[in-house]
Amino acid sequence: MTNTVLEQVAPSRSGLFTIAALQKAVAFVALIALIAFFGVSAPNFLTGINLVGILQATAVSGVLGVASTFVIISGGIDLSVGTLMTFCAVMCGVVLTNWGMPMAVGVVAALAFGALAGAVSGLIIAKLKVPPFIATLGMMLLLKGLALVIAQDKPIYFNDTPNFSLISNDSLIGYVLPNFAIPNGVLILFLAAIAGSIVLNKTLLGRYIFALGSNEEAARLSGVNTDFWKVVTYALSGSVCGIAGLIIASRLNSAQPALGQGYELEAIAAVVIGGTSLSGGRGTMLGTIIGAFIMSVLTNGLRIMGVAQEWQIVVTGVIIIVAVYVDMLLRRQS
Amino acid sequence: MAEAGAVSAGTADLIEMRRIEKHFPGVHALRDARFDLRRGEVHALMGENGAGKSTLMKVLTGVNQPDSGEILIEGGPASLPNPRAAQALGIGIIHQELHLMSHLSAAQNIFIGREPRRLFGWFTDEARANAEAAALFRRMKVDIDPKTEVGHMTVARQQLVEIAKALSFNSKALIMDEPTSALNETEVEHLFAIIEDLKRQGVGIVYITHKMDEVKRIADRITVMRDGQTIETLPAAGTPISKIISLMVGRELADAARPEGRADGEEALRVEGLNRGPMVRDVSFTVRKGEILGFAGLMGAGRTEVARAIFGADRKESGDIYVHGRKRRIDSPADAVRHGVAYLSEDRKRFGLVTPMSVGDNMTMASWPRFALARVLMRDAALRRTSKEYVNLLKVKTPSVDQETRLLSGGNQQKVVIAKWLLRDCDILFFDEPTRGIDVGAKAEIYKLLQGLAEQGKAIVVISSELPEVLRLSHRIVVMCEGRITGELDGPTATQEAIMTLATQRAAAANRLEAQ
Repeated sequence: MTNTVLEQVAPSRSGLFTIAALQKAVAFVALIALIAFFGVSAPNFLTGINLVGILQATAVSGVLGVASTFVIISGGIDLSVGTLMTFCAVMCGVVLTNWGMPMAVGVVAALAFGALAGAVSGLIIAKLKVPPFIATLGMMLLLKGLALVIAQDKPIYFNDTPNFSLISNDSLIGYVLPNFAIPNGVLILFLAAIAGSIVLNKTLLGRYIFALGSNEEAARLSGVNTDFWKVVTYALSGSVCGIAGLIIASRLNSAQPALGQGYELEAIAAVVIGGTSLSGGRGTMLGTIIGAFIMSVLTNGLRIMGVAQEWQIVVTGVIIIVAVYVDMLLRRQS
Repeated sequence: MAEAGAVSAGTADLIEMRRIEKHFPGVHALRDARFDLRRGEVHALMGENGAGKSTLMKVLTGVNQPDSGEILIEGGPASLPNPRAAQALGIGIIHQELHLMSHLSAAQNIFIGREPRRLFGWFTDEARANAEAAALFRRMKVDIDPKTEVGHMTVARQQLVEIAKALSFNSKALIMDEPTSALNETEVEHLFAIIEDLKRQGVGIVYITHKMDEVKRIADRITVMRDGQTIETLPAAGTPISKIISLMVGRELADAARPEGRADGEEALRVEGLNRGPMVRDVSFTVRKGEILGFAGLMGAGRTEVARAIFGADRKESGDIYVHGRKRRIDSPADAVRHGVAYLSEDRKRFGLVTPMSVGDNMTMASWPRFALARVLMRDAALRRTSKEYVNLLKVKTPSVDQETRLLSGGNQQKVVIAKWLLRDCDILFFDEPTRGIDVGAKAEIYKLLQGLAEQGKAIVVISSELPEVLRLSHRIVVMCEGRITGELDGPTATQEAIMTLATQRAAAANRLEAQ
């Protein structure tokens, strides 16, 4: 149901329509098949509580996937999304707990520090011409270290701001539809995806993101200030990581400075399973959301079936390779 | 065609190619091409860009297979199914762009893929490779340490390594493609000495060049190709340069349409003392409103580099640019576009279009901010409407403005790029090979389009290697050779011969030519 909403907002990117539609369908069919499989073979899979659990587990990696989608379509890569998320959460904790500012200021701080760190990555990539992989690998470690230093190796709790945990855990939908109390974290994920889809398909920035990823040199020779738009893209991605930081900090009611590393790979996996090309120029937000759900449904279903955690990881790895391979096969045929 | 090849029939003891035919999709690349080579001679192969020289040599080196024809090597029929077979038969080639691995030593490069081995073939025998490479260098009378990393050598010395590599296959025939294009005068002299030496050892050399003075100096015979045919083979001694040039350009002008009179509009663009690297040396010119200025020259003369430097795509070393009489600083394409200067690359797919995007998006790419509400929300309806206008105006054949541009033909892609700049109100347009990859019918349409733009008062620069194209379009013609402007001609009265003479005139050789 949520998918049809997104489908309407994510219109055909002109000529990309046919291929993209096919891929969206393939990923979507795979997701339905997975749910059906686990529904039949794992008795407790299709219960309300479990489904809400899956949704909640997807919130953080899904939002990071949204952030990564911008960067990957623009032809870049961002390995720092996980630790950037943590950095934003820690900065939010500093503002709210250490400085005692109002909650709105903390929320703005998380987004602003995300945008700032993203812009720094963008500047390193655009102006110093450091390859995105290296630049963001450096930023990943840099931000991880900074988060630990700022938080002094300890979690920052939000005990003085009781409303903070409502950001992720309360359910606005629940007030309207009491039987459908999906936590806000999930709501934020879908709102972020819809907004991201609008940015990609309906705004000037989105148009430049696709142009950068498809043929940066042609864009530059068309008089486009490619450096500027690259920085904007990474800054946007960074502020979306700030949103993820708010969700995770709110859910844990604390900023955990040691957390974060590893999330970037989950995010990238969600993006590529969703049919976005790692070489840039092609991709959708809807695909990324489906990709994120495929990952979390898989983890959840395997666990319920009693598959050992070690094997869950193995299966996830196989799924990523198969998904991208099928994607390539389809593209070759079209 | 006279039986020109007969001049040398029976005396070619090394290579003889007869009645070679080769078709590529849509192109008759070689028609009744012939060529022969004797031991110990330098045989120059000449012709305009696209005359078929490279294709013929690709046939001889086994890269391309001929549709029909005969190749005799040392009197016996030879089949050359692949480059390895040609190598085994003693045919070596030195490409214009060198193919060396810069992190390996000279000896490692020479014996790559067939290194001498030792200890049951598990290890390479570096000592033997070095000794054999040193022997090759001794034979060439050059002083190169086989252990030197190639990346640390000058281009001239790298070329010598390539020659040594070709000789290591016991090459009896050596093809050199524009070997002096990256060499300075001393290095050229050195190369010529080595060529003389190889001649004495009985090696036959095919020498591909555009440079008349070199041909006069080292060639024994000259073969001229044009439009895939071998036109004539002549002895180098006693053949005047003017005769070679007239054989090279002898093609009839298709429909002799020439621009009328000269354009006398205001000056639109003036370039003074532009420099960038070896390909742009002290270039100055002007172009007026309503004028088509032709930029003629051979491939690699520096015309594209001039346009890219003016457009800000590459950094300039020095030089001033005046747009509509006012000095402007252009450091990036964005600067150029702001001042109404546009550049349309010959490689549209790489530099002109974002091919997976739609016709509408590409047409408006340089003007997207204009189609964005508050620079944020794209007004796609307006974007489509405007694109449709330009599709109709330029008669772009596309099912809709939403079509991906990669699915359009070359001519229609070119129109999309033109629309991009018209939509951005650019009035000084550099067209680099505007009809490359465009079929004959669409060419005439592009010509009409360019002339129409000039009539509307745009200033147009056309860079073209096709002389008939330059002559058909240009009010004035500037000719370049090796990074410099070697002359300017009046469009309506210029001849192919006059352009070719300027295009092959090296600054250093100019005086010598006149003295002859």
